[in-house]
Amino acid sequence: MHAAVITFPGSNCDRDLAVAFEAAGARVTRVWHKDTALPAGVDIVGLPGGFSFGDYLRCGAIAARAPITRALAEFAAAGGPVLGICNGFQVLVETGMLPGALLRNAGLKYICKPVALQVATAESPFTSGWAQGATITLPIAHHDGNYTADPATLDRLEAEDRIAFTYADTPNGSARGIAGVLSENRRVLGMMPHPERAIAPHQGAADGAILFRTLLDTLTPA
Amino acid sequence: MKARVVVMLKDGVLDPQGEAVRHALGSLGFDGVNGVRQGKLIELELAETDPAAAEAQLRDMCEKLLANTVIESYRIELQP
Repeated sequence: MHAAVITFPGSNCDRDLAVAFEAAGARVTRVWHKDTALPAGVDIVGLPGGFSFGDYLRCGAIAARAPITRALAEFAAAGGPVLGICNGFQVLVETGMLPGALLRNAGLKYICKPVALQVATAESPFTSGWAQGATITLPIAHHDGNYTADPATLDRLEAEDRIAFTYADTPNGSARGIAGVLSENRRVLGMMPHPERAIAPHQGAADGAILFRTLLDTLTPA
Repeated sequence: MKARVVVMLKDGVLDPQGEAVRHALGSLGFDGVNGVRQGKLIELELAETDPAAAEAQLRDMCEKLLANTVIESYRIELQP
């Protein structure tokens, strides 16, 4: 599997994300935000966490209009899988590739801690390594992770089984406890928790490694 | 031509920052503040001199970047 990881000015989880893909057995190409095309033959694109463009205007807003993001949107429209984590999730909602928006945490505080999550659907190339309803632990680290969408959109996400993860105990005010959502074709995932920071026991949790191994299994032709 | 764009969270979208400001005002003894909403004010200097064209341009800017219309509404003010 060939993964591309995009770096924006202010991204700070890009190396961790590359390491997580590599640990699962993928080859990784790092891509700069000013690039206008993704490397040929890429199987998945990762949008890392961080503070792209200093979170100016709105988190992810400037990155969503960067040259590489146009190429990313075309890649996703053609069915290419995309994983956006934390700021990467914020970028995906800002492009409109995923519905909703991420507001300031309800408690106004930056929250950095491991949290328990439920795997809300196993029907995706990211989550099929778990049973639906499985409880896992991943760290969160965000100030603006309060997921919101209008009630009709939330109903549609539920009806279409597109909520990937929910918080066991919602820390940030997210509507319906949503921690991650899938695109209509289920191949774009945006999530606030950091699976790339939980790939080995010495990091406190290793549940994130399952997501990357699952991606490798589901996206690599047998 | 100078212009201002005011971006606010839409009615019905909870504004935790506005709420925190409201509580802080209450604790300073300012009674009767029933609601606070916090938004953004963006000032722009445009080369365009025709008000109608400038407004069309600003509307496009708001839709594409300045506001996230999923959660925010915007108001354009042209300054003569």
